[in-house]
Amino acid sequence: MKVVFERTKGLTNEETHYCPGCTHGIVHRLVGETLEELGVLENTVGVASVGCSVLSYHYFNCDMTQAAHGRAPAVATGLKRVLPQDRIVFTYQGDGDLASIGMGEVVHAAARGENITVIFVNNAIYGMTGGQMAPTTLIGQRTATSPQGRDIQSHGLPIRVSEMLATIDGASYIERVSTHNVKQVVRAKKAIKNAFKNQQEKKGFSMVEVLSSCPTNWGLTPEESLQWIEEQMVPYYPLGILKNSSVITEDIR
Amino acid sequence: MGKVLMKGNEVIGESAIQAGCKYFFGYPITPQSELVAYMAQRLPEVEGLFLQAESEVAAINMVYGASSAGVRVMTSSSSPGFSLKQEGISFLASAELPAVIVNIARGGPGLGNIQPSQSDYFQATKGGGHGDYNTPVLAPSSLQEIVELTDEAFRIADEYRTPVILLGDGMLGQMMEPVDFEVTKDNKEFQKDWATTGTVGDGPPKTITSLDLDDVRLEERNKQLQIKYKKIKATETKVECYLMDDAEVAVVAYGTVSRIVRSAIKRARDNGIKVGLIRPISLWPFPVEKIAYYSNKVKSIITVEMNAGQMVEDVRLAVEGKVPVTFYGRTGGVIPSINEVHEQILSMVNEVAK
Ligand SMILES: Cc1ncc(C[n+]2csc(CCOP(=O)(O)OP(=O)(O)O)c2C)c(N)n1
Repeated sequence: MKVVFERTKGLTNEETHYCPGCTHGIVHRLVGETLEELGVLENTVGVASVGCSVLSYHYFNCDMTQAAHGRAPAVATGLKRVLPQDRIVFTYQGDGDLASIGMGEVVHAAARGENITVIFVNNAIYGMTGGQMAPTTLIGQRTATSPQGRDIQSHGLPIRVSEMLATIDGASYIERVSTHNVKQVVRAKKAIKNAFKNQQEKKGFSMVEVLSSCPTNWGLTPEESLQWIEEQMVPYYPLGILKNSSVITEDIR
Repeated sequence: MGKVLMKGNEVIGESAIQAGCKYFFGYPITPQSELVAYMAQRLPEVEGLFLQAESEVAAINMVYGASSAGVRVMTSSSSPGFSLKQEGISFLASAELPAVIVNIARGGPGLGNIQPSQSDYFQATKGGGHGDYNTPVLAPSSLQEIVELTDEAFRIADEYRTPVILLGDGMLGQMMEPVDFEVTKDNKEFQKDWATTGTVGDGPPKTITSLDLDDVRLEERNKQLQIKYKKIKATETKVECYLMDDAEVAVVAYGTVSRIVRSAIKRARDNGIKVGLIRPISLWPFPVEKIAYYSNKVKSIITVEMNAGQMVEDVRLAVEGKVPVTFYGRTGGVIPSINEVHEQILSMVNEVAK
């Protein structure tokens, strides 16, 4: 019998706890496959954050450290700075974790040109705590803490994190991708691979923002959720490479 | 090398380096800033790493990351910054990661001032952050003792896989004294097979976490922590007793203020008053047994602190009402004078004689 598709060695055999239709699982697989294909699984230490992916240390088949809410880039900094040169360090964070409580840590990790890879899952909501407004929640989007829909007057405007980080000189590779169809998932894989390669080549800070679904808290079916990403999120959060510079840390360090 | 004249903050830095700590993550705050500057200068010379973090929150989490990788690592701050580190310290305690955290305390609450204070005693000794945990707290009273206790702090941290607090104040941080670094050091090697350094060459993936969604398993983790704390209490309690053999009055004081108390005791002794000093060196574990022992021998106890009365609660718990325990303290960064403390000893003696 010919094997045509196999589970990546980058993930454990554990069944994930994610809701049906949630794209966290897809992003996990893309990261796992990347680590396997680059042959760095044994040299990698991942940092799990606080959010729905808090238990990602059960799923990634490499050494994992779990960080306090928002602090994954600081924990990753500590790891990366003391581990042997050939080690790969990544964080896996949601938008509440990275763009709200942990905004300071990610900005400064980028500013230092910290040679880590950040996987940033933007689902425009706080998933784990039951669907509250995130800094990335769209105008008009109903959440538990914006029951009438997010309005500019009281809640301000959503943050485009990738664009913001791209303005920071220390950031080397920044790309925004999506998970709403197969073509986008294939592109997301390529971006994630580029980000990890960026780290292997010691180019400094890399981040891939992945637009992701949360059917449970959006109150949509899985299919509607993918559509919502495409129709609502992508126009506000345009896809593509925002930064790809190779001049950074090699000169600095 | 012999004796060298240094500032307390610098002594902490050099002692840490000599204890094998090559990694430091910090953030400037008076009165500990010389320590940050010292590490920035010295660590590159020993092929270590100094990193100025964007905040105390980031610094303690960088420590968490570095400790996860199995290295000896330290951070330092002063009171407001120490408050910011508390969530991280709770995580370190739960994930059982060794680290040394220095608090060169200053007057509070709030922004307070930059004068020396002992008002972070509760925060340091009662856990400080959320959850059921304690951290060993070592409180030196001289710069030479900083050398010994910094080495001890790293040894205890590794031995028990726990964060350890080195608690001083602005006075100890800023003063200069001659110190000798050539003292007996603990050279014990620690195997850190739990560290997340990548699985290369060492089997299945390892995880460091403080999370357990299962209540029964989390209770088990708590029980294990309590067993560890019991062991620390049994083996790591440190206390100095000075002129206590024939004492009728005991003064309990630690750190900076114990130096003033010592002078006041000498003066009282010159006047024929039988008074001695009990100086807790480890504030957690607290020297309960020693104080309980002397509470059967003395007529009264005074606790002197540079706060509104914090350690006195632990003293009273240890004394269990056997003798009167009074308190004398100054707050806001004021250091009590020898005269003031001497007066307190005299009035206590008169009170007891009535
Ligand atoms: C200090 C702290 N504050 C708040 C929380 C509660 N909390 C847990 S997860 C979370 C939000 C996570 O949302 P996000 O990062 O968007 O990830 P998602 O769950 O959507 O994947 C919050 C606020 C916490 N654990 N710690």
